[in-house]
Amino acid sequence: MDSAVALLLAQDGFTNGAIYALLSLALVLVFAVTRVIFIPQGEYVAYGALTMAAVVTGQLPPTMWLVVTLGIAVAIVDGVVAVREGAKSRLPLIIVKNAVLPIAAMVVVRLLPLKELSYPLQVLVALAFVVPLGPQVYRLAFQPVAEASVLLLLIVSVAVHFMMVGMGLYFFGAEGARIPPFTEGGLTLGATFIQYQTIWIVGIAALLIAGLALFFEHSIYGKALRATAINRTGARLMGISADLAGKLCFTLAALVGAFSGILIAPITTVYYDTGFLIGLKGFVGAIIGGLVSYPLAAAGSILVGLLESYSSFYASAYKEVIVFTLIIPVLLYQSLTTKHVDDEDEH
Amino acid sequence: MKVKLSIKPLVIALSLFGATAALADITIGVNVSATGPAAVLGGPQKNTTQLFPTSIGGEKINWIVLDDASDPTATAKNVSKLLTENKVDVLFSGTTTPGVMATAGPAADTKTPLIALAPNRLDGEKFKWTFTMPQPIGLMAEPLLEHAKSKGYKTIGFLGYHPDAYGEVWIKAMEALSPKYGMTFGPIEGFARTDTSVTGQAVKLISVKPDAVLVVASGSPAAMAHSTLAERGYKGQIYQTHGAPSPAFLKNGGKAVENGILVAGPLLEWDQLTDSHPSKKVGGEYAKAYETKFGKDTLSSFGGHIWDAWAITSRAIPVALKKAKPGTPEFRAALRDAIESEREIAGAHGVFNMSPTDHSGFDKRARVLLQVQGGTFKVVTQ
Repeated sequence: MDSAVALLLAQDGFTNGAIYALLSLALVLVFAVTRVIFIPQGEYVAYGALTMAAVVTGQLPPTMWLVVTLGIAVAIVDGVVAVREGAKSRLPLIIVKNAVLPIAAMVVVRLLPLKELSYPLQVLVALAFVVPLGPQVYRLAFQPVAEASVLLLLIVSVAVHFMMVGMGLYFFGAEGARIPPFTEGGLTLGATFIQYQTIWIVGIAALLIAGLALFFEHSIYGKALRATAINRTGARLMGISADLAGKLCFTLAALVGAFSGILIAPITTVYYDTGFLIGLKGFVGAIIGGLVSYPLAAAGSILVGLLESYSSFYASAYKEVIVFTLIIPVLLYQSLTTKHVDDEDEH
Repeated sequence: MKVKLSIKPLVIALSLFGATAALADITIGVNVSATGPAAVLGGPQKNTTQLFPTSIGGEKINWIVLDDASDPTATAKNVSKLLTENKVDVLFSGTTTPGVMATAGPAADTKTPLIALAPNRLDGEKFKWTFTMPQPIGLMAEPLLEHAKSKGYKTIGFLGYHPDAYGEVWIKAMEALSPKYGMTFGPIEGFARTDTSVTGQAVKLISVKPDAVLVVASGSPAAMAHSTLAERGYKGQIYQTHGAPSPAFLKNGGKAVENGILVAGPLLEWDQLTDSHPSKKVGGEYAKAYETKFGKDTLSSFGGHIWDAWAITSRAIPVALKKAKPGTPEFRAALRDAIESEREIAGAHGVFNMSPTDHSGFDKRARVLLQVQGGTFKVVTQ
């Protein structure tokens, strides 16, 4: 292998690694705050990419009815709870926020000339109909069992994954889609050719990671999430709503997922079921970070990307085997070095 | 409780009545994967069943169409229902190879002819009752190797689904056939349908510099492999299999797939066939009927296989009717024998001449070479 090939593979590895890093951060965040191992994380990637693909060709976002239906379901559930608690005054806000808003968005999007919109606006439209699925899924699937064991949450998570894959097939069809890149073309650096989209991916991933770091360090919501992650009961005693923290981190996870989808869809074809494998590789990255450390998770994900790229050169038939085998030594190391804390005694 | 009990005999009587009424009709059971991961293949097959006639030679045909959602367990359930409850005379089943595998056993046990819609490898009684519609891989590999030999190529690399069933049968066929054409086959580089990048594999192949590369994948992943090779500066000939040709391949491949050579069944480019090709008429009729009902540019090569299943069955039914009554084991056996002995049955994908040892029945007329020129497929005259 000469240096040009090595560079090329490194570039490919970093590009995929950047996406895995974003997803691993979302996974760590969701796990730290809600103890949910978020298997459906990858589905948001596919939903984001495929919704964007629909929007750029001038079709209405296929997920809009799902957003509206789930919104109404959330309004009903929240409404019933409010009535039971005798807080009828909260009803109008609940209905407006959960049901009226998505319907209004749907009406607006019907009036927009989707195909003629500028690229950033199209991205916003696509995000607007995928990101709400984050908090909606949390409210309907996870909030009712928020205090249950990690195992039960994992089972719910697997169920949500299968539901979302199935619905993805229904909404987007079995064919894959690609979207135009942010900027066409690329530049030649020495012997290697780099697509502009690759630079966008790595750049935006770095920005998003920095943004998330700032959010956690300096904003009040970020601090609330961190507090919940450190000690749920303690945070609640301090007046931080666990439900709000859950919804917030699922919103972030959905946003990161959907945006990752929009980032990779120009360089690869995304199918309704593509997300699972991408999410799983992000998960390997998150495992390297012990599901708690953000920097380690990001570094682990880059490692996964590089390992994947180089093994596809040396032994393409065993690529996935090599990538997923990585977690065995990592898990061994972690179980030998960390003191085991039983999940149920944790809080 | 009493009311329920008194209804029961009535229901039994009604169902018996229904069963006897249906005895004189021909019953055809269809099991395809119209939903789930294989929906790209099975969807058009299910649509095609809507185009089939409801009678033949004055005999009424009952069509029972079931969907197995790409799940072999559901296939087995559907097939046992079709065989034991509906007592079908012939079965069209198995959009995917596992689907065929789940069907072949029960079909052979009940001595019901099965027309398989996916490639398979069977023996004994299972082989005796199963006829396979898609072209055997060896048949499709030959014209590619002939083309490569005519251009003086000596080495051909592989970039495709591996490890994977589709990739594996191609690797076996190429390893078996390449020496006959004086060709060295390899290296073998694999990827998966859901992979987001094939850069590593492409760079590896380019560093070995084979004269040609065979891409074995479907639709848009095939286009991704093709365009990655082109982008990374591969200058040799790129070949594609019959898994690739589709609107998605051209759309996602764009300029990068220009001049690529693909092997395909004759259906997709039926209008470019010579008038003497028997599939021009059958394929044209099917293409027009399908696109009238389901819209322009919806035709798929996979739907053609179930159209051919009907082409064969409709030819065999009149022969079998002379020997036995539908709904009887004798009719099913007669139907099987007729499918095996009828000659020159024109289908959308070629011409069938089955024999006791050959249950595909295809010859050279079941394949064409296509070249991408100006963003469309052009038939290459061999």
